[in-house]
Amino acid sequence: MKILYFAWLKTKLQMTSESVPWSEECRDTDSLVRWMKTRGPSFAEVFSDLEVVRIAVNQEYITGNTVLGKEDEVAFFPPVTGG
Amino acid sequence: MIRVQPDIFDIGKEIEVMTNGRTDIGAVVSFTGLVRDFNDGSKVTGLSLEHYPGMTERELAKIEEEARARWDLQDCLIIHRYGEMALGEPIVLVITASPHRQDAFEAAHFLMDWLKTKAPFWKQEVNARGETNWVKERESDLKAATRWKSDS
Repeated sequence: MKILYFAWLKTKLQMTSESVPWSEECRDTDSLVRWMKTRGPSFAEVFSDLEVVRIAVNQEYITGNTVLGKEDEVAFFPPVTGG
Repeated sequence: MIRVQPDIFDIGKEIEVMTNGRTDIGAVVSFTGLVRDFNDGSKVTGLSLEHYPGMTERELAKIEEEARARWDLQDCLIIHRYGEMALGEPIVLVITASPHRQDAFEAAHFLMDWLKTKAPFWKQEVNARGETNWVKERESDLKAATRWKSDS
């Protein structure tokens, strides 16, 4: 799976994107977030308040837990501030 | 039509391109968002915008489609810039064309309100001390967007 980070999430994680091999641990977005929190202090911090993190799967906003496959693109970002 | 680009745009030229040679358009409304020198009481000296290539275009296209379904629009253009911007420069442009002003006004208002809460852009401000800050979402923008929800 391809994971993308934007805005302050990118700054805090010092990473714009990464490839994560699909596993049972990240079979859906809830599981992926749970796993992310275990990856170290900066990940734990970034994913501590999910009120301020938006998730998109394959470039579409998701509203609830979403099943993930090997080829999926998952993006994590803060509420948008364009315009 | 939607355009996502780093380059500055010419508002007058864009309106001219939309209306040139047409005699069926009765109303054109445009909104331009500019880089201002203050935010939340602090001085701002510059701005940069990040976006999510691919998703940005998809979201903007959906917003345009929604506007065309709700109002009688003869044409519609959204331009949104990304990258580095100087104070006073334009960031975003929305132009709507309709036979009558009501549709053009409302559609332009709707496009901006929805764009602000849906299109994946993030502003980063530079302050007088040279520090950069990610801009926070505004409650007033969320409120503005919800008022268009009632009839959807």
